[in-house]
Amino acid sequence: MIEARHLSKWYGRRQAVGDLSFTVAPGNVTGFLGPNGAGKSTTMRLLLGLDRPDEGEARIGGRPYRDFRFPLRTAGAMLEAQAVHPGRSARNHLRCLAQTHGLPSRRVDEVIALTGLASVARKRVGGFSLGMRQRLGIAAALLGDPQVLLLDEPVNGLDPEGVLWVRTLMKRLAAEGRTVLVSSHLMNEMAVTADHLIVIGRGRLLADCPIAEFTKGASLEQAFMELTAGSLEYGDHYPQGSIA
Amino acid sequence: MSAVTLFEGPAAGATGDSGLAGFGQLLRSEWTKIWSVRSTAWSLAILVIGGIGLSTVIDGVTAAHWATVSAADRQAITVKGAFGAGLDFAQLPMCVLGVLVITSEYGTGMIRSSLLAVPSRKRLLAAKAAVFAAVAFAAGELLAFGCVPIGQALLGSRVPESLSDSANLCAALGVGLYLAALGLFAFAVGALVRHTAGAITAVIVIFVAFGDLSQLIPGTVGKYVNAYMPANAGILVTNAHQQATDLLSPWQGFGVLCLWTAILLAVAGILLARRDA
Repeated sequence: MIEARHLSKWYGRRQAVGDLSFTVAPGNVTGFLGPNGAGKSTTMRLLLGLDRPDEGEARIGGRPYRDFRFPLRTAGAMLEAQAVHPGRSARNHLRCLAQTHGLPSRRVDEVIALTGLASVARKRVGGFSLGMRQRLGIAAALLGDPQVLLLDEPVNGLDPEGVLWVRTLMKRLAAEGRTVLVSSHLMNEMAVTADHLIVIGRGRLLADCPIAEFTKGASLEQAFMELTAGSLEYGDHYPQGSIA
Repeated sequence: MSAVTLFEGPAAGATGDSGLAGFGQLLRSEWTKIWSVRSTAWSLAILVIGGIGLSTVIDGVTAAHWATVSAADRQAITVKGAFGAGLDFAQLPMCVLGVLVITSEYGTGMIRSSLLAVPSRKRLLAAKAAVFAAVAFAAGELLAFGCVPIGQALLGSRVPESLSDSANLCAALGVGLYLAALGLFAFAVGALVRHTAGAITAVIVIFVAFGDLSQLIPGTVGKYVNAYMPANAGILVTNAHQQATDLLSPWQGFGVLCLWTAILLAVAGILLARRDA
């Protein structure tokens, strides 16, 4: 269960997220959609306690993320594939995260095998392709066997086989009763993956409903374009005087 | 997904900032982090081997030209012990490593992975600082206990230089303490500035501009300001003998450096908890 209650966040004079409230239920893959700059990544960062909201609060499993002593047991997240020291091997990266929670190295090897990284696990991440880094990010998210997963653009840079793998994995995790929130730009991918949609534009909630209700028979892309048509003028994101 | 027993640590319900539950696990994690990047081993090798090498050269040259060494220089060797040159050399790599330990996490984005695993910034900072300080202390002791026997062999007949001499033993211990505190000072600057180049510049400005140039302030005020600068005060703990002109005793001097470092670490901890990552 993920809850956002009246979340607002400003960066300088620019409001990235405004009065955003939604709940993500377990058992579904929930797609998190919005145009570039809509505030998807900011919302993810607020949910995970990386940034502090100016107003409102975010809870995961009933508690603010920062209150967890061992958060990886409850929530796993992949924010961006770049959150890794390039000089460290994939296995050591996962090991140092696992050790904070007292997880055995057996678990590290399990997620390495699960994400298909076994042959490169002892290589330095600096030499990884974007797709391999995405897999490493997903491996890190799965370390603590969490009930809640937040994945920001997980299929970026993956080959078709990788895309299929992520889709299957997310559906399986949801079928196991976990809460899965996944952001993406790729409408066709979302159309075949998500059960439920949360759409934001300019930091505000535009839609929160099952995918069938959202598309009403049209394609997801069409429905999305119509809904977000008013949120695409970038000039409006930035009040005068701020640096865009 | 496996349903095997994954968790050996304390109960999942543990929350909050306080308490030491799981802190040993954080230390182990930071230990893995610090040794799984190459820059650590490289900087420490340069620091220890370079420091010992430089001490050996300076001691050898000094011994060969002992007859022409001025009384003031002879006195300096007696005060500073055998690791004087090596210690001077070791300070900068130690500061660079201290900065890198924290700024490399920001530079690479690793900090976000770290904070997802350890949402309490203060606990993360404390564990990182503790592991780095232990490594820095050990490197400092390697340097000191490498330098003293060499100094003893080269200069032993001319200056009191022996590890069996309690003053020298104390000073050798002081080398590790000083380098650890100095490195932690740089670490705290790194945590405040969060950019490698900026933090290294800041450290150099603090030690060179404030530390060295403050002696240009005229009069007694200048003497006191200079003596209480972090590195100037801290390095006294590495001296085998207190000089009459020192305003602080070795342990007082070390205390002053520790105080500076503690203040900076506290500010870094507070800011880290407030700032967006």
